[in-house]
Amino acid sequence: MDYLMIFITAIFVNNIILSQFLGICPFLGVSKRISTAIGMGFAVMFVMTLATVVTFLIYYTFLQPYQLKFMTTVTFILVIASLVQMVELVIKKTSPALYQSLGIFLPLITTNCAVLGIAILTIQKNYTLLAGICYTLASAMGFTLAIVIFAGIRERLERTDIPQALKGTPIVLISAALLSMAFMGFAGISY
Amino acid sequence: MNKESISNLTRGIIRENPIFVMMLGMCPTLGVSTSGINGLGMGLATAFVLILSNVFISAVKNLIPDIIRIPSFIVIIASFVTVIEMLMQAYLPTLYQALGIYIPLIVVNCIILGRAEAFASKNSVWQSFLDGVGMGLGFTIALTILGTIREILGNGSVFGWSFVGEDAHPMLLFIMPPGAFLALAGIIIVVNKFRGVK
Repeated sequence: MDYLMIFITAIFVNNIILSQFLGICPFLGVSKRISTAIGMGFAVMFVMTLATVVTFLIYYTFLQPYQLKFMTTVTFILVIASLVQMVELVIKKTSPALYQSLGIFLPLITTNCAVLGIAILTIQKNYTLLAGICYTLASAMGFTLAIVIFAGIRERLERTDIPQALKGTPIVLISAALLSMAFMGFAGISY
Repeated sequence: MNKESISNLTRGIIRENPIFVMMLGMCPTLGVSTSGINGLGMGLATAFVLILSNVFISAVKNLIPDIIRIPSFIVIIASFVTVIEMLMQAYLPTLYQALGIYIPLIVVNCIILGRAEAFASKNSVWQSFLDGVGMGLGFTIALTILGTIREILGNGSVFGWSFVGEDAHPMLLFIMPPGAFLALAGIIIVVNKFRGVK
């Protein structure tokens, strides 16, 4: 039951993009086509889950026992950056097809604050490893859901007649505001 | 101060303002700008890291091999972020609580790595310092404006000082997540108008 609660809360109620504002850069940058949005979503899901597991293990085997908690930020960002590089190399070698579809997104993920954010939040919330994985997967799904819906909206926006003053960034932000408002409708579920 | 220095100092404040013009560092911008104080605090914390990392990186730029440039920059930035994190935890605990997860996330703020890569790794220490001050100020000003507007509309107060009565109903929406997008959209429309962007 707890896991289900974590899952639903992370996907809908505290959606990582629309209510926690993590990963806004890819949300605004890589959301012009539904197909690229899906690719980005899966790349984030993969890296995020891996990153949380690795940072979780490092935190509880090295940082906490040896009183090195203040090194958390430095360690985590280094681990994530090297992990992304490694994943890129492994995918390139083993599955060129997968690399074709996910490869271009991987370098962007290093500076995606959602990955570091979720890794730190998993520690801050004192989750067990299993709950942490559940939380991460759900957050990544929430990310994918939001970015894919938003890409759909933007594909439609291209064919609409937008007032001159709103063209470009403003209309994108206003659409994001409306989508975020729609997601606030889920807020009642949490209790 | 010569012309180049002045240009480096003022560039970040208006012409290439990181938030309103370049659209960098969106996550903390939208996440913490629920009040003027939060915006100011986050802006100053980021400016602190930006100035120090710019100065440090331009000082050691010749010692870092090109191929491990980015990881080295990230470690330098992360160290300064840890410093400001510990300082804030010790001296400004309320602000530290309010900013929460966004303080460690200064590490992945695109502005800082962007300036390190685009400016500090190519220019002298003094010019990098000026660039850091300008960009940091531009970021702080933008965040404070956004935070103040959201606070006025959503909470009926300015920097914590309430100007509406007890029974007033401010537009709560503006301090909630959708308000962040809406307020920023509004500001960008005005900024684009003044810049003459079509």
